[in-house]
Amino acid sequence: MFEYGAMTDAALDVSSPAPAGEEIRALQSRISQMQATKLDTRAVRTHPAIAPLLPGGSLRAGAAYSVESSTALVMALMAGPSADGIWCGVVGLPDFGVEAASRFGVDLERLALVPHPGDEWLTVTAAMADVVGVVVTRVPGRVPDAAMARLQARIRQREATLIVLGDWPQSEATLRITESTWTGIGSGHGYLAGRQAMVSVTARTGNGRPRRGRLWLPDGDELFRPVMELPGLAAVPPVDGRRETPASLRLLHEVNG
Amino acid sequence: MSAGAAAGAVRTMVLWCPDWPVAAAAEAEGLTLDDPIAVIENGLVYACSEGARSDGVRRGLRLREAQARSPRLRDFPYDPVRVNRAFEPLIGALEEMSPNVQVMRAGSCALRARGPKRFYGSEHAAALAFLERFAELGVTEARVGVADGLFAAEQAARLPGVDLIRIVPEGASPEFLARLPLQLLAEDELCALLWRLGIRTLGDFARLPAEDVRSRFGEPGARAHERASGTDPRRVIPRVPPEVRESVNAFEPPLERIDQITFSIRAEADRFVGELAAARLVCTELRVEIATERGEVRERTWLHPRWFGASDVVDRVRWQLQGGSTIESTLSAPVVRVRLTAETVDDSARHETGLWGTGSEERIHHGLSRVQSIVGHEGVLTASIGGGRSPRERQLLVPWGDRPATPAAPGRTAPTMPRTAPAAALSTPAAPTLPGTATAASRTAPSGSRIALAGTEAMIEPAVTRAAVRPTSAGGRRRGPKSSAGAEVAPWPGSLPPPLPTTVFEQRRQVLLMTGRNELVDVDESGELVGVPARFSPDVSSRSLRPVQAWAGPWPVSERWWDSRKARRVDRLQLVDADGVAWLLALDRHLWWAEARYD
Repeated sequence: MFEYGAMTDAALDVSSPAPAGEEIRALQSRISQMQATKLDTRAVRTHPAIAPLLPGGSLRAGAAYSVESSTALVMALMAGPSADGIWCGVVGLPDFGVEAASRFGVDLERLALVPHPGDEWLTVTAAMADVVGVVVTRVPGRVPDAAMARLQARIRQREATLIVLGDWPQSEATLRITESTWTGIGSGHGYLAGRQAMVSVTARTGNGRPRRGRLWLPDGDELFRPVMELPGLAAVPPVDGRRETPASLRLLHEVNG
Repeated sequence: MSAGAAAGAVRTMVLWCPDWPVAAAAEAEGLTLDDPIAVIENGLVYACSEGARSDGVRRGLRLREAQARSPRLRDFPYDPVRVNRAFEPLIGALEEMSPNVQVMRAGSCALRARGPKRFYGSEHAAALAFLERFAELGVTEARVGVADGLFAAEQAARLPGVDLIRIVPEGASPEFLARLPLQLLAEDELCALLWRLGIRTLGDFARLPAEDVRSRFGEPGARAHERASGTDPRRVIPRVPPEVRESVNAFEPPLERIDQITFSIRAEADRFVGELAAARLVCTELRVEIATERGEVRERTWLHPRWFGASDVVDRVRWQLQGGSTIESTLSAPVVRVRLTAETVDDSARHETGLWGTGSEERIHHGLSRVQSIVGHEGVLTASIGGGRSPRERQLLVPWGDRPATPAAPGRTAPTMPRTAPAAALSTPAAPTLPGTATAASRTAPSGSRIALAGTEAMIEPAVTRAAVRPTSAGGRRRGPKSSAGAEVAPWPGSLPPPLPTTVFEQRRQVLLMTGRNELVDVDESGELVGVPARFSPDVSSRSLRPVQAWAGPWPVSERWWDSRKARRVDRLQLVDADGVAWLLALDRHLWWAEARYD
């Protein structure tokens, strides 16, 4: 493992704890299922690149997700449901790049936009949640907590998925890009061709430690996919991490204790 | 009927209004026919006014050529809906005087001469009566031709000269036609061939034996031969006057508040929809005309993704009264009349709700209509991808339920209520229909590593993205616009290469781009960058300046240089800031603007 001396720190820190982390997550989800503190919600088809990072392995109907300042991540979240035939509604984002969305897998035939809901943001978002499966929005200014709770309840009742660009108090998970590197562009030459981003997902439930993954967001072919590890390390798929390492056991004890 | 013409030709009268598309455009735009006006189709002059003709503008000329000959030329795109609608009152008036009118095209119609001749005493008297009626309606230029057969009558009407009425005596049509040039047959291929065979007039062609023409030129040739020899077998096929489905609500005294008006028309809307339903029809396109006390008439056509129910009709009237604004209940002038016309009706059987399978679509439609009732008709949009070079230009946003706009319409359709209603999008001058749209040159970057941003000296954009204009099937279900195939069909040299920016600013933002020595980065006349970008600020304050990680460019984009109002010349630059966010910048008149962001 250590003959790849030239590899970057980032690659190391994803690859080596990954099997252990996967195992912990699997065990944690079993624990949480057994404890059954809440009703299970329906899974929504999710883009395969982003699914492993989300709590439960996919988007959930009736849940809210918040994304920090990356429209590309929002589009990555929308792509899965949209490909599955679900309508998406975008409320209050006048700068939403429609063409990029269509290239990233959001079907424009099933996309409705309300760029300027104005003072009626809450009403419009709630009305949207009644009919479309995925509502993307940004909270305008200050909205009372009670109103947000009402909207959250409506989302849950209608089994829609809410994706908020910015903060959302009851979000299932918060997604953010912690670092991003563009390829194809230098100082004065080339052009933007692709981006590698470290996506970090903090789940509401769980131990508070974010899940992280390095994604092409997007790659040169306008696809979202995980960054391939260096040869040798890539051979360890995350789900296969059933080996018991001391580290994972120790962590498991922490979780149980 | 004379023996000569008995073979086929029927005595026919043709009424022709010269330059009708121009007349319709002039009327709609409030111009006179003496102004130089041209109606443009596919970048070519389709029709022009007398004023334009005196400047040397001719049909079939390219728009730019026409503009060069007549600098004051006003050009309008050919709008068949407007042209036909303008002709409709004339047909209506004619039908009151004599039934069985055939509309050949907008601006010209035919009828059998026998009936009017008997009624008015002579063909001349009948023609005079018709012309007088047209003149009453404001059309003084009309001409009448009477001859045996449709073709001969049309040629008689169109013959150059000052006579308004031309009557070819019965049986004299072959002699009349014989002197006319061959090109009037409007069969380009045939005419070209005959011309090379030395045949110059219709008479020359008519003298060829009919059997030989048929065996050599087939059925189309035989038909052309019949026309040329004055034995046009085509008969006048009268149109069935359309049954007008409308409802007029007059208010006495005039109403001033929107809620009063909507309340008053509710019952009428119920009756309007009910009557259609009783005839097993549904209305898919509705025209609402609102007349105010000041005498202004505001009309607009509304489309419906499915069909109009009574509450939808009331909604449309309310939206139209509100204009683009939100709920406010005073109007500029009291309303005296609201008129609802069913523009397009369809068999209701085709719109029945299915037992299975249509549920979710309908739910979507109801939900989005509800949102529309909150934020207004233009508030809920569907998107498709059109042509253009800037990312904003490429996204076509159309209100839910409307037809997709032409790719020329930049961005959204007009948020205010268009006065010339139905195809408001069509009436905006369509830039991509012009030949030659842009010069998008891109050069190798300073280090010469890659050629970026699409293409080499891509001079003229040839393929008009007409593919994006998709007529929806008449009466069929209209939903949101289909995702445009046009963008793929027609490449736009100079548009952005993928990946595309995820945030496209509705209003571009001014930014700062500085060199390491705190000077503004600029582009010189030869398109080279002056100074190396080192620091960037996403707004205009110098406090938020941060280092630039990477950059590339500049790539010049020069669009519509022939049109001073719409010309655009910018230099684009891609840039990655210290946070790893990439920007698409454009230098416009020495100021840097952020057009889009890759976030």
